[in-house]
Amino acid sequence: MTTAELIGADSGGIIAIKALLVFIFCVLLTLMSVWGERRIVGRMQERPGPNRVGPFGLIQALADGVKLALKEDLIPAAADKVVFVLAPIISATTCFMSFAVIPITGEVTLFGHKTAMQLTDLPVGVLYVLAIASVGVYGIVLAGWSSGSTYPLLGGLRSSAQVISYEVAMGLSLVAVFIYAGSMSTSDIVAAQSTWWYGVVLFPSFAIYAISMVGETNRAPFDLAEAEGELVGGFHTEYSSLKFALFFLAEYVNIIAVSALATTLFLGGYHAPPGLGFTESWLGGWFTAIWFFLKVLSFFFVFVWLRGTLPRLRYDQFMQFGWKILIPVSILWVLVVATLRLMSLQGAPRTVVVGFASFVVLLVMAVNLGFDNAKKKKLQALEVEVSTPSFAVPTIPMSISTINVSKNGKGGDHV
Amino acid sequence: MSEQLEPLKKNEISVNDVSYNHVETGESVGALGHAKGFWVTFTKMFKKPLTVEYPEVKAPTQDRFHGRHQLNRHPDGLEKCIGCELCAWACPADAIYVEGANNTEENQMSPGERYGKVYQINYLRCVFCGLCIEACPTRALTMTQEYELADDSRAKLIFEKEDLLAPLRQGMLMPPHPMYPGMDDSNYYKGDVKEAHPSQDVN
Repeated sequence: MTTAELIGADSGGIIAIKALLVFIFCVLLTLMSVWGERRIVGRMQERPGPNRVGPFGLIQALADGVKLALKEDLIPAAADKVVFVLAPIISATTCFMSFAVIPITGEVTLFGHKTAMQLTDLPVGVLYVLAIASVGVYGIVLAGWSSGSTYPLLGGLRSSAQVISYEVAMGLSLVAVFIYAGSMSTSDIVAAQSTWWYGVVLFPSFAIYAISMVGETNRAPFDLAEAEGELVGGFHTEYSSLKFALFFLAEYVNIIAVSALATTLFLGGYHAPPGLGFTESWLGGWFTAIWFFLKVLSFFFVFVWLRGTLPRLRYDQFMQFGWKILIPVSILWVLVVATLRLMSLQGAPRTVVVGFASFVVLLVMAVNLGFDNAKKKKLQALEVEVSTPSFAVPTIPMSISTINVSKNGKGGDHV
Repeated sequence: MSEQLEPLKKNEISVNDVSYNHVETGESVGALGHAKGFWVTFTKMFKKPLTVEYPEVKAPTQDRFHGRHQLNRHPDGLEKCIGCELCAWACPADAIYVEGANNTEENQMSPGERYGKVYQINYLRCVFCGLCIEACPTRALTMTQEYELADDSRAKLIFEKEDLLAPLRQGMLMPPHPMYPGMDDSNYYKGDVKEAHPSQDVN
């Protein structure tokens, strides 16, 4: 019995309970992850992080939420009222919706019914997640536009450009998974990884997805849409109270959602890591949820680690990286994967497959070498230009001996 | 001077005569270089945080920390302040207000002629620069290391003379009382007075 058939047999009550469980899971995980992020980033910066509200500061996020809810709800006079209110709602609802197709456990028993901890199993589940993520961007774009203010508008614009660029790379990185799994359904993809995780087999896809999911969720170092130093708060500058809280919630649920999708597509979903397969039957199958959470949380840790380590990218660097590196690399990788897959499906001899693979590797190395040489030549050309300035040079004071004339002199002190 | 400012011709100058700073553009650090940054943040997680958990833990200040002011006393308990207002004049934030008054036989607060009758420091204005301490000719005004000066009203943050006066120590008597017998004010400043004399205990 496949997961789709298993879930199809659910009664309405079971579906409602599962929906509630998924929602509670998302909200709790968000609260905990806000706390966790602040603690971890704190430790990375040699400070303790929030530790005053409750044991270890555990209810800090809850206290912040209550504080936000009790604040005055402002709508700027220049704002487009309807859209201004609608934007955070779009943001918050869509991020929850993508969880509907994420398989959290395998076959389990819920109130005497055999089912799987997955709300629904669409044949195009991953496409659905991508679509929902794209709709979620409307929340940010509309928030920026409807605020009637410059910084939010810029933040919204950046965000739309950013998400569109990185979604292309993200979608392309998933194509390789579809080719290998032969399905777009999340549960089928998890089942197809029972022997080898796609994170290993399709490592370049995994790397591209991991990078683009950071871009997709507007997180550091790609948090250009809300860059504090440049755009005040970006798209949510004009938001306060519960509407701001919704954006905040949406950001973290989004992180969890893309991490969950990465877990599902590349890290074997709810399956135990290799060698620990015997744990999957513990607690009547519910134990698999723990493996799922652990994988999601390790992704979340990487998000936090990135934030604690890397500075924000400049906008043009960011766009250049997305369009000139990620997308071409993903297209080429998809071509290679498709060829290899076709070869193995048509029963090509092993030597041909290996020969093709090594040809590709050599080609990549050759191109890389060419790029390196071109870069070196460019740098050399620059150095020649430096030695003969063609511009007017200011007068040198007569007492030239007091000036540091060393070409390699560091620092500006003319002693 | 003007001929010096005339720009040199191109052939009169070589690039080596010009002082400029070599800007390190930095070579690409490579994959390992990037990993190094991640390693730094990762290992930092396991180090002890530098934070001083303030209300519970109070780190000692530096010895010369500029904290709340104190009006000192001579060893017999007489006040050192002579009400000269030099501190008030030195204050860049106009935080000090002094009113001097004459010492009399019955009301001898400090050695010599004058004493500070009213002495106020407004800690909403004070910037703790210490110029008042430098200005004080009798070393009456010094700063303590006390830094917990927050309060909830403006009035409470104007410190009066009794808030600023140093406490009475061993051998001191609460003024007003007469000066040490046989000593004048210059003896006081030379440090000849070591403690109060029994005859000064008039209260």
